[in-house]
Amino acid sequence: MAEAALRKVTKRFGETVAVSDVSLEVSDGEFVVLLGPTGAGKTTTLRLFAGLEHPEEGQVEIAGHDVTQLAPAQRDIAFVFQQYSLYPHYTVFENLAFPLKAPGRRLSSAAIKKRVTEIAEMLRIESKLKNRATELSGGEMQRVSIGRALVREPSLFLMDEPLSSLDAKLREDLRVELKRIQRELGATIVYVTHDQLEAMTLADRIGVLAEGELVQVDAPREIYERPANIYAAQRLGSPQINLLELGALAIQDAPDGAKTIGVRPEDVVINGGGVGAKVLTIEHLGVESIALLDVAGSQVHALLGARTRLREGEEVMASVRPGAELFFDRSERRLDGAARRGDAAHED
Amino acid sequence: MSARSTAYSVGESSTWTKWIAAVLVIGYALVAMIPLVWIGMTGFKSPPDSIAYPPKVFFEPTLEGYVNLFTTRSRQTDEYIESLGPPETWYDELVRERNMVITGPSRFADRYKNSIVIGFGSTFLAVFLGTLAAYGFSRFKVPLKDDLLFFILSTRMMPPIAVAIPIFLMYRELGLSDTALGMILLYTAVNLSLAVWLLKGFVDEIPREYEEAAVVDGYTRFQAFYKVVLPQMRSGIAATAIFCLIFAWNEYAFALLLTSGEAQTAPPFIPIIIGEGGLDWPAVAAGTTVFLLPVVIFTVLLRNQLLRGITFGAIRK
Repeated sequence: MAEAALRKVTKRFGETVAVSDVSLEVSDGEFVVLLGPTGAGKTTTLRLFAGLEHPEEGQVEIAGHDVTQLAPAQRDIAFVFQQYSLYPHYTVFENLAFPLKAPGRRLSSAAIKKRVTEIAEMLRIESKLKNRATELSGGEMQRVSIGRALVREPSLFLMDEPLSSLDAKLREDLRVELKRIQRELGATIVYVTHDQLEAMTLADRIGVLAEGELVQVDAPREIYERPANIYAAQRLGSPQINLLELGALAIQDAPDGAKTIGVRPEDVVINGGGVGAKVLTIEHLGVESIALLDVAGSQVHALLGARTRLREGEEVMASVRPGAELFFDRSERRLDGAARRGDAAHED
Repeated sequence: MSARSTAYSVGESSTWTKWIAAVLVIGYALVAMIPLVWIGMTGFKSPPDSIAYPPKVFFEPTLEGYVNLFTTRSRQTDEYIESLGPPETWYDELVRERNMVITGPSRFADRYKNSIVIGFGSTFLAVFLGTLAAYGFSRFKVPLKDDLLFFILSTRMMPPIAVAIPIFLMYRELGLSDTALGMILLYTAVNLSLAVWLLKGFVDEIPREYEEAAVVDGYTRFQAFYKVVLPQMRSGIAATAIFCLIFAWNEYAFALLLTSGEAQTAPPFIPIIIGEGGLDWPAVAAGTTVFLLPVVIFTVLLRNQLLRGITFGAIRK
């Protein structure tokens, strides 16, 4: 059953279309990550769920009800902002209790205290409850922010890049913790990020957004292996997928209508036959190495083992692991395996 | 070639510049303080000392000026004064030394009360309306927003006294002449443009996310404003209130023109305190000193907020 859904939703700001005809269903207990660069409409999509923006067209559903016309307070959601969401004039306890004290909730102060303490323990901030919100470190602040969303047990959690203002180490810690908490509570989360690593590790499904349109919604692995188009292919994987002209790297059997070939760096095989290439640079990253190759004038990234002996300037042979190449047509859509022979012409 | 390290940093100034800065600041403070000190001293002088030439820096202090400020007196014959028996209080005694008796309180206390009611009343009103207007201008799509804001500001571009005659005539028609309400409305109108502009700056600096978070958490827009925005505007409101109070408290021209009895404030009253043989300078000085106190106290109480307030926008994250 869909816990939350957008149905053919469009949102414009003046002339610009921020979200265009987006439909997205989120199941109960599912963790959906919206991925895309700045300006792709991720945050607007999230704010449409929250009711902080109202769509020109389409419906928003939460917990089986059409909430399109409802105010944010009536939607039973929680929102975690990128920053600024803690009230500086309150203590941590007061911040955590704030959603529980909202008019219409009528919880006893003992119940509020119990709930806040539970959440503080879960997030390991119980020793900071009496501190002012401004006296916390960045990581603690973001924990409290997430805690403020968790105290209320809403039907839907919305998170707008909650980890992006933190440093790398903290981000990793909190990411792991967030996933653990989500599993524990069985929470339904829509999460916005531009960080592919966050998307890959957190998501049950990733929604790839481009210029207000939902390009593809699928499991992370599915998007990685079978991207809907070049844009989706480029969103996941580091270094990015290599895009080559037809016929490069001695790739045969291109389906009709194919224009571009996509090859993931880990699928480039060195010295297993193929065409001549020159190593331009090589970066050793510890567990792996990345080589930049010059193959007949185009640059190709290859992901190699940590112990590779390749050196800059070396002449090698490069090829592609058979069957690993992706083909894209003129409108940048991926050509399916089934469409490989002959009947792909209608794709144009 | 070796790189030479420079031994100064931007943050710290040298001993020399500190000295120069100190001398400049103290020098300016002295120049600015002299008139105040002189007023304070004159309040404790006797009438002859207050107009002595060359001016007296050292004198025998007396409370005569303060007694004269708060009382009305009449000159009596020695026989009459003796017939009254011994003076009951220290101020009776002080007055009788000059062959006078106290006949009642002066109107200073009433004028002072008017100043407090009108000054604080108009400050409260200007800040209250200004806060709401500033929030509206900052957060909502107001049609013709920029034009309206400019119009509000433009009310400050002419000297208020330029509209004195129309306002005088208008107030006479409306029955607002010489009423506290009339003066409160007038000072509120003058202060409102300053309040809206200052406070809008403060609201603009408070991220919208706070209100959005509160709204998502189940609060209404007004509750979010009251619980989240208002507490964060504290220093802005304090700074604005001080500016508004200082204007309303010190305003002289309108007070002189529009009030004469009931609603007269202290500024037009103090300079015309008449003693024997002309102005009673010690009483005028005493009145001025007492008049300065509320603004000084108000400013000292809010000084921390004020310091944060007037540097707003200067320090950003």
